[in-house]
Amino acid sequence: MIVDVAAFIGAYPYTHLPESSPEYLLAQMDRMGIGEAWVGHLPSFLYRDPAPGTAHLLESLEPAGDRLRPVPTIHPGLPGWRRDMEKAKDAAAPAIRIYPMHQELSPDGEAVKESAIAAGALGLAVVLTVRFEDVRQRHPLDAAPDLPPSAVRALARADQRVRILVTHAGRAFVEEVHFGLTAQEARRVLWDVSWLWGPPENELRKLVTTIGAERFAFGTGMPLRIPDAVPAKLDLAGLSRGDRAAIESENVNRWLQW
Amino acid sequence: MSHAELIDAHAHFYTEESGRTDWQAVNDARLEAGTLMGVTAHVASILGTWGNSSPTYFPSPDDITHGNEAMLGLARAHPGLIFGYCVVNPNYPDHALKELERRFEAGMVGIKLAASRRANDALVDPIAAFAAEHGLPILHHVWQHRRREWPGQEASDAIELVELAQRHPDTKFLLAHIAGGGDWAHSLRAVCNIPNVWIDLSGSGVDSGMLEAVLEAVGPRRMVWACDVTMDTGLAKLRYLESLELDSTDLDRIRSGNAKDLFPAGVFEP
Repeated sequence: MIVDVAAFIGAYPYTHLPESSPEYLLAQMDRMGIGEAWVGHLPSFLYRDPAPGTAHLLESLEPAGDRLRPVPTIHPGLPGWRRDMEKAKDAAAPAIRIYPMHQELSPDGEAVKESAIAAGALGLAVVLTVRFEDVRQRHPLDAAPDLPPSAVRALARADQRVRILVTHAGRAFVEEVHFGLTAQEARRVLWDVSWLWGPPENELRKLVTTIGAERFAFGTGMPLRIPDAVPAKLDLAGLSRGDRAAIESENVNRWLQW
Repeated sequence: MSHAELIDAHAHFYTEESGRTDWQAVNDARLEAGTLMGVTAHVASILGTWGNSSPTYFPSPDDITHGNEAMLGLARAHPGLIFGYCVVNPNYPDHALKELERRFEAGMVGIKLAASRRANDALVDPIAAFAAEHGLPILHHVWQHRRREWPGQEASDAIELVELAQRHPDTKFLLAHIAGGGDWAHSLRAVCNIPNVWIDLSGSGVDSGMLEAVLEAVGPRRMVWACDVTMDTGLAKLRYLESLELDSTDLDRIRSGNAKDLFPAGVFEP
């Protein structure tokens, strides 16, 4: 069963999305053969307080709770963020999302580190988003810089229980972080494949060779992006059946049972 | 039109002068992926030496000559599978026209304009006139909504391409990589009523709603499937188009029929 680790519901503040409901996600998942999705509340990355977005997320996903797993947004700069994290745990979330660059937090500062450590202690992974859109495409007011690789390295070193899923990272970012960590630290970082290009450059195939298929996960970015991109990438990557199965679901499932 | 035909109208290859040791492997990878995807024709260009001895988007005359020669060599080595665009730099008008004359005679099927000079500049006019006279399309690199100057190129946006297209109504223009990273909606507003501008669907972008917006703006008769440098996203967009349950004639037009109309008659026939 394919697990999509990077899906959302809700509007995107900088442009209209034709569809962004749970029903849309389920329809696309059926079309693509995706069994389960980790779902965030998209507009919460800009909310001063993401808690109402989380409430909406939990309520919206509840009817399809067997397939859509909530990934609430936490703002580590707000008082009481630990309570929000505990609510995420109570809601059976596999992970929480933190957006340091949009929450105006130092991405490797104490608040973010503390929240990653707290998430790890609760058994929750931390989802970090390098970017939502290519810099050439962004709205003029979308001025937040990309997440820097140094932030991922710092969080991976913060505590042995911290597990990080990084979405929308390009090849150079992945390599810089992976080879900038010890093997033990690198095992606690997973990468979605959405920003790793296929042929003719074959970035995904190269990375599977150099750092291993066990480091990657299947993430579509729906409803910002059409989900067809990830299966197309995997189809063209020339992966073994085992490597493909690892990326599609086994890595993330095994990683969560750490 | 056969449903099996699939023409990639925006492809690139490399040479030993491209400044990368893996140039042959990358060329081979394109052909290998094309076979997997069912690509029946790669219409491609080589942008000089890709920055090795002159900038990719401001190639020197010598580098242009080298790239075009190599492109013709690839086309000759793969007859019926690889076709060439003639690259020119409008800042060298005499060289540009000489290259066009001899490369057209040698079998190149289109003209590639990258980002050496703004599309609406008068120096581009003789090139557009040549294209109309010889029935060649111009694939024009476009930055979808260029809000400022970006280093390394003098990129045009759709508004500037439209100015050129309106000055040359008998020339067929292909707006490059609508999914190439900029604001595609801005470009669609600019070109929707310009009948001699087609949309090349290539680029790394796979935004939800983009293909539907292109369909609505220009219709299936002005959409041309292509990959550019990310063939995986080309395949994704093709599959998504198939999922939209378009009329099969429209889908065939996007896959290959519109490209056949754009390029000189018969070039893709066996």
